[in-house]
Amino acid sequence: MIGVPAASRKIMTYELRDVARSRWLIAYTLFFLAVTDALLRFGGAGKALVSLVSITLFVIPLVALVFGTVYLDNARDFTELLLAQPVTRRQLFGGLYLGLALPLGAAFAVGVLVPFALHGLEDPAQRASVAVLVLVGLALTCVFTALAFVVASLSDDRLKRMAAAIGVWLLVAVLYDGIVLVVVMLFGDRAIERPMLGLMIANPVDLARVLLLLQFDLSALMGYTGAVFQRFFSGARGTAIAASALAVWVVAPVLFGLRMFERRDF
Amino acid sequence: MIEIAGLVKRYGAQEVLRGIDLHIRRGRVTAIVGPNGAGKTTLIKIILGLVRADAGRVVVDGAPVDGECAYRARIGYMPQLARFPQNLTGAELLAMLGDLRREPGAVRRLPGQEALIEQFALAPFLSRPVRALSGGTRQKLSAVMAFLFDPDLLILDEPTAGLDPVASGVFKDRILAERDEGRTFILSSHFMNELQELADDVVFLLDGRIRFAGALHDLMRSTRQANLGRAISHLLSREVAA
Repeated sequence: MIGVPAASRKIMTYELRDVARSRWLIAYTLFFLAVTDALLRFGGAGKALVSLVSITLFVIPLVALVFGTVYLDNARDFTELLLAQPVTRRQLFGGLYLGLALPLGAAFAVGVLVPFALHGLEDPAQRASVAVLVLVGLALTCVFTALAFVVASLSDDRLKRMAAAIGVWLLVAVLYDGIVLVVVMLFGDRAIERPMLGLMIANPVDLARVLLLLQFDLSALMGYTGAVFQRFFSGARGTAIAASALAVWVVAPVLFGLRMFERRDF
Repeated sequence: MIEIAGLVKRYGAQEVLRGIDLHIRRGRVTAIVGPNGAGKTTLIKIILGLVRADAGRVVVDGAPVDGECAYRARIGYMPQLARFPQNLTGAELLAMLGDLRREPGAVRRLPGQEALIEQFALAPFLSRPVRALSGGTRQKLSAVMAFLFDPDLLILDEPTAGLDPVASGVFKDRILAERDEGRTFILSSHFMNELQELADDVVFLLDGRIRFAGALHDLMRSTRQANLGRAISHLLSREVAA
């Protein structure tokens, strides 16, 4: 890994070993393995992909946030011990973040890719769709792992942290469409396309959904913001914009989380 | 060894340290005592850089504590509560600290490691994951980690709280032996008779201020009490009366 400081890499290695042995992670891998396999068995590749989109958008943010928060809670004293070593906070943050994001991402990728590989996938378009699904899932894993770090530095109260993690998830994955609808109802008689685009870019789950459904050409499932987005940017341009916005989402919470981590008391 | 000047720390509206000036001397055991919530752990954590002070400065061996991490290479720290990643084994944890601490290419095992592990009778537990270890065994592991890298300064926050009498005896002997070799110790504990055995200097913290700092025998002489516990209660009662 180029660019990762040696101390971060060492911390990450041990963190990886710890996470890899946790039952949560094994269950998470098995979940995607079982679901993907069942969908492929009973619905064929096309339908399986569409169902996987919804599951991915729902489950990845939840698991990354909750697992991340629980993990950082448990690692709190250990973090203290590591900070008493000749290690900078930046290096430790890097090690902790990668040690969490990598196994979560790998569990998802393995859970989706192995069943597809076993069942075989001939159609190149569907292969591309699987690849996009995995990439978007990995991006969401990074976004919500970083948000778990942000949540972890919000409060010293364990319960509040967990509530905040679940709150963030409810907001972005469940309530968001409802909020968008309310906005549309209130301001429906004005030109609200641009604010709608803003709303979409403000939610990484929404962005991921639009990106996936543009790839799968399923505007019916896109929701309000997605439909507006498609009218504005169809084809490659739309994909490029949504992908760049998601890339910003991958980087920004990491930087923000790092800033909070550097200023925090342990 | 450590110079502290004008140290202030607030948690929200609560002022935990209200202007601490302190000199900690090399080659001595300094005991930090005081009731719960007096600011002992906060003071220790500021020295380690775990907590950021709101005002004041700390200089460890000539180097100011301000985000740099190199000075911690010479510090061994034993936190109040030893909790480690649940799925790692003790051996892995020791290897990890070794990885982080040692210059690349150095020897795999430190010469003192075996002796240290033997002293605390830890060998049979090192291959088990931490979650299967008892609290006392974890505490011993934590002690080994603090002593492992031959640090000049050892900061021990209530180190013997979870140890059995045998381990705690080993621990105390080790502290005195290493002090005689010139190492510096900062020790916080609620066991006054234990501190009486170990301490050269005493710092008495109350409500975020230092009420006494100096040699143990000066404290005993000035309060004219039989032991440290009584001397501290004497100081406390004088505070309450004032």
